[in-house]
This record gives sequence, C-alpha cells and structure tokens, in this order.
Amino acid sequence: MTSSVEEPVLQSTSDAKLLELRHLTVEYGSGAKRARAVDGVDLTIHESEIVGLAGESGCGKSTIANAVMHILRPPARIAGGSIVFNGEDLVGKSAEELRRFRWRNVSIVLQSAMNALNPVMRVGDQFIDAMRAHERIDRRRAIARTGELLELVGIDRRRARAYPHELSGGMRQRVIIAMALALRPELIVMDEPTTALDVVVQREILQQIEALKREFGFAVLFITHDISLLLEFADRIAIMYAGEIVEAAPAARLASNAQHPYTQGLLRSFPPLTGPITRLTGIPGSPPDLRDPPSGCRFHPRCPHCLPEQAALSIRQTTERPVLRPVQPGHEVACHLVAEASQ
Amino acid sequence: MTTAAAPLEVRNLTKHFAVGGGVRRAHLHAVDDVSFELRPGKITALVGESGSGKSTVARLLARLYDPSTGAVLFEGGDVSTVRRRRDVLRYRSQVQMIFQDPFGSLNPVKTVRHHIERPLRVHHVVPRGQIEGRVHELLSTVGLVPPEDIAAKYPHELSGGQRQRVAIARALAVEPKVVLADEPISMLDVSIRIGILNLMARLKEERGIAFLYVTHDLGSARYLADDILVMYAGQIVEHGPIEQVLSSPLHPYTRLLLAAVPDPATKLHAQRIEMRKGRASAAVDPPEGCRFVTRCPLAIEVCSRVTPPLVEERPPQAARCHVTAPAS
Repeated sequence: MTSSVEEPVLQSTSDAKLLELRHLTVEYGSGAKRARAVDGVDLTIHESEIVGLAGESGCGKSTIANAVMHILRPPARIAGGSIVFNGEDLVGKSAEELRRFRWRNVSIVLQSAMNALNPVMRVGDQFIDAMRAHERIDRRRAIARTGELLELVGIDRRRARAYPHELSGGMRQRVIIAMALALRPELIVMDEPTTALDVVVQREILQQIEALKREFGFAVLFITHDISLLLEFADRIAIMYAGEIVEAAPAARLASNAQHPYTQGLLRSFPPLTGPITRLTGIPGSPPDLRDPPSGCRFHPRCPHCLPEQAALSIRQTTERPVLRPVQPGHEVACHLVAEASQ
Repeated sequence: MTTAAAPLEVRNLTKHFAVGGGVRRAHLHAVDDVSFELRPGKITALVGESGSGKSTVARLLARLYDPSTGAVLFEGGDVSTVRRRRDVLRYRSQVQMIFQDPFGSLNPVKTVRHHIERPLRVHHVVPRGQIEGRVHELLSTVGLVPPEDIAAKYPHELSGGQRQRVAIARALAVEPKVVLADEPISMLDVSIRIGILNLMARLKEERGIAFLYVTHDLGSARYLADDILVMYAGQIVEHGPIEQVLSSPLHPYTRLLLAAVPDPATKLHAQRIEMRKGRASAAVDPPEGCRFVTRCPLAIEVCSRVTPPLVEERPPQAARCHVTAPAS
C-alpha cells in the first residue's frame, strides 16, 4: 500500500509531549444539579503513542474526548485547568482558531460511524468537502487523495462513489478512520471506535490502526470500556472512575501489576478464554451519581479494602481524597492503601 | 442425543425473510436447518456475529416469529404452530425471554412491583393474597434488596444492572422451565456483568432451568455455559461441549472467532489472524456450498459446490466443514 500522503513521518520514539491535560475540570449544569464529569484530570500523550483511557459509562472518558476536540456543548463547559497541545493552551482560543486546529492537528473517530456520515452524500464528496474546508486543494487532487486514503484502510477506491448505506458497518468505520487521516493530524482521538462492531471486524480495524500509526507516526487517545482490548493495543493505559484518573501505567505493567482495587476489579471482570475457570466476582455496587459523589475516595463504597475494622485507614478513605502518586516511574495510583504501603 | 430429558427441542428450524420487492425479491435465510435441544439445569451458549441469525433463533423459540419450516418441540409437542390463546399462554408460562436492552424492556411509567405482579396475575401463579409476598421473594432471589423499597421504584430510578435483574425476576415469576437470554449483559457496565452471569448460573443450579444464552462474547459463554452452538450465516457450523469446542475448535470460523478475541497475554501484531477478505455472513438466496467459503483459509474445490453436513468428528463435537470434519 503506497500513500499519497507526502513526507510520511517515521515512527518517532521521542518523549516529546504532544498533548497535556493539566488539572482539567469539566462540569455539566449549574447549581444543585451541577455534575463534575471530569474532575482535575492530568494526562499526557507523547508523540506517536497510543494511550488508552478506560472506564465505565458515565466516568467522564467521553467528556475528555470532547474537551480535547473542543466540541463540548452546553450545559457542559470547561470549569478549570488547561489543555496544552504542542505547548499552546487551547482553553480560551477563539472559535476560528479552534476550527483550524480541529482535523489539521487533532481528529476524532466516534463510535457510531453510521451517524457520522451524511447519508445522502457520496462518501468521496464528504472527503472532498472536509479537505477543502481546511486547505486549499483543487478538486482533482482532492479526488486522488480520497482514493489513496480509502486504499490505505483497505477499501477499493471506486467505493468513493458509494453512499454510506451501501457500505457495511465495518467499512463505514474504516471510512471514518480514513477521513480522520485526511489532513495528517498529529493526534487522533478514538471514542469507542470498535464497540459497535463484531470481534473479527474489530480486530481487523485495530490491526489497521496500528499499521497506519507505524507508517505515519500519529498519536492515539483510545477511549473504551474494554480494558482487555487496551492491554493488547495501547502503550499506556489510564483508568478513570467517577471523573478522576485512579491509575495510569504502561500496558504491560498494568496487566501484571495493577494496584488500584478498581483496576483489579475491572481486570477480574473479563472471563478468560483459556486456563481454569474460576468464579469471578466483578465489582459489587454501581458507579456513583456525579451530582453527589461519595466523600473521600470516590471508590470507597465499592472497595473491598474499605473496612470499618481498620478505623484509621477507613476514616482516611471516607474523608480524604487520594491523589495520584507514583509507585514506580511511569506508574501512578490514587489510593490510600497503596500510599500507606509505600510509606 | 437423548430427547427424554429435553424440555425444549428444535428440529430443522428454518426462517426465511423476504427482502426487496418485484424482480429484486429475494429471501434472506436468517435461520437454516437448525437443530438442537435445551436440557434442564444446563446452559447452552449460542454464539455468532451480528446477522448470523442467533437472535432470530431465540425469537423463534419465544414464538415471536413463526418458523418457515421445522418444529419447536416443548415436552414432546410441537408448539411452532400453536395459535389458541390458551396454548400460547401455557407455552409462554414455561418459556421466558430476557432481552438485551434493560432500558427498553421495562415500562417507564410503571413501578417494579407492577412488572413482577403482572405475570403472576396473568398466569394465575399464586392466589391473590400471596402476590405481594411472592413479588418480594422474587426480588430477593435476584439480589434486589430490600425488596419492599425496590418494588416501589420506577425503572428510571434503577441502574442498568438493577433493571436487568428486574427483567430476570419478571421472567422467573411464572416458574419457567426454559429461559432464553438474548445478549443479557452486552449493554451493561463491565463491572456489573459478572453479577448477572453469576445470577444465571445460580438459577440454573437451584431451579434446574434450561438456559439459552445468546451472545457474541466467547469469554462469557465459556464462563457460563455447558454447551455451545456456533452460528454462521444462518447455519450452525459447530456444536459440542464448550470446553472441548473452545480448546480444539474444528470449524475455521470458530477458530477465527477465537483468534479475534482480545487476549491480554499476546500483543496485537504478534498474532495476525489468517483471513481472506470476503463478505460477512449474508445469506440472501445462498447458493449451494459452504457459506464460509469466501473467507475460509482452508477452502478446497468441493467447498463451493456442496453444502457440508454437520458431522460428529469428535463425538459429541460436530462441525460443518469438508476439510476438518469430512463426511465419511
């Protein structure tokens, strides 16, 4: 597969920070109904790195995606912190500056590709529209580029003449990924890009994303509820619970040495395909209402290690908010238990 | 296979849907010649990709559709054509269904109590005076405590997992012998899925219910089920005891499915799956021959000419494949 895309960037191993979320806080609503969907999140994505963000529905992971893209809609708003991209803070930029930033620097792939494409427009025309909205390119070159992008994701270039309904779900999702690549962004945000797809198609698409990443060197923020998928696919994983990041570590380290009880519970929630079948417990209870989050550690009502017998610890767990602390270089955990053990 | 112990048996079940119109009229073979049985105290997993026909099978068994041909035998009698209200009611009181979407399957303006009470009244399960007590008992059984509080709530006051438990309590109200669960956990949060699976496992043990567990998730199927049926393009391509099938799959499609499941033990690129491009299971007026042939890495000449039969290559494990389970 050859690409049109000029000067393909080789995979860089640099530690250069591409995106940095600093104490990002996003709120929905106001007054008594105010909910902090994202509460003081710090997260860094380096160049050409795949960072996975995992958590349950309502934990704030998609809100982070929307905040990075600056496509939050009222009643959501950024209530604090900064989003630094290539050294520049995006919070407070004008609408026009943000419009240029989107797609050129960062693009997004959402879960339901079927809704993202215009059903009454040929696929190819949608590519051309997108390209011409962001750069000066004549129609003929845009058509050629569209064909090349489609081939990059394994779709025959003649399918540019197809309408979205003529493509399968997997193909439409590939079209969206090709579109996200159109302006060669440095970061692609993928919010549950394969959740609606079958496992076989999901695997094909993940392999394709990885191959493209190796070719073009973009970074990926990959958001999903499926931690088992991230263990295989991501370089680094951050686990979110109730608006906060509770643990972040390299994928291999997280698989073998998860420290936060919530991460451990998530990892135990996937029955294995090989080895002995042991009785799993999942995590008792359900995620909290963010309009009224639990005091102290937000996970404490569901935590198997929060016991009234251990009075001193349990008081800290129920009143004091744990902060992310490194337990090893690159591995951070926000948990009183872990903080206690490492002291 | 023994039939005596099977409350529900499916024989050569076929369902075709007409698609298109006029000269483009064609038939989608959603379910083609499917046979299996559900036994008491056993969970049978029915797996396959979307469009493979697995949900149609569940709906045929629940009598939500009429089959094109074939029979559904309940305790020996064919129920696939019963029409009289009394007979349908009797069947529905023995065979219950749990749906995927716990948000859509409960009436938003009715309390939990209403949902559980209704089947008790319609099917005259207990005398009127005992209904209240039975509602609370059922809610406790599915882990919704305290039942008095839960019974008074409306669906929007419950989490997804709690709603699915209400749906299960409702299904149990009529003391069914068979429960058909169509993707009961796929819309729930990861951390609460196991709780629902454990509940189903307990009900199987304690009540001897025969479960059909329809899913696309092989991990949960292995965790829960005793037997597995693998569907592709409307046909069962492999079946057998689940450990045997998953540890030594015969059909290339079962192998492909297994290879595609994310496995934290391996890295993505370390294990490229061998697959040829082809259309996923579409069975619109399928020609003679194996339906997996366009995607199959093992295909030989005969595959595109002759539809392979289900052969018990390693009894009771059987597959529909000319190469790995040839007819003798």
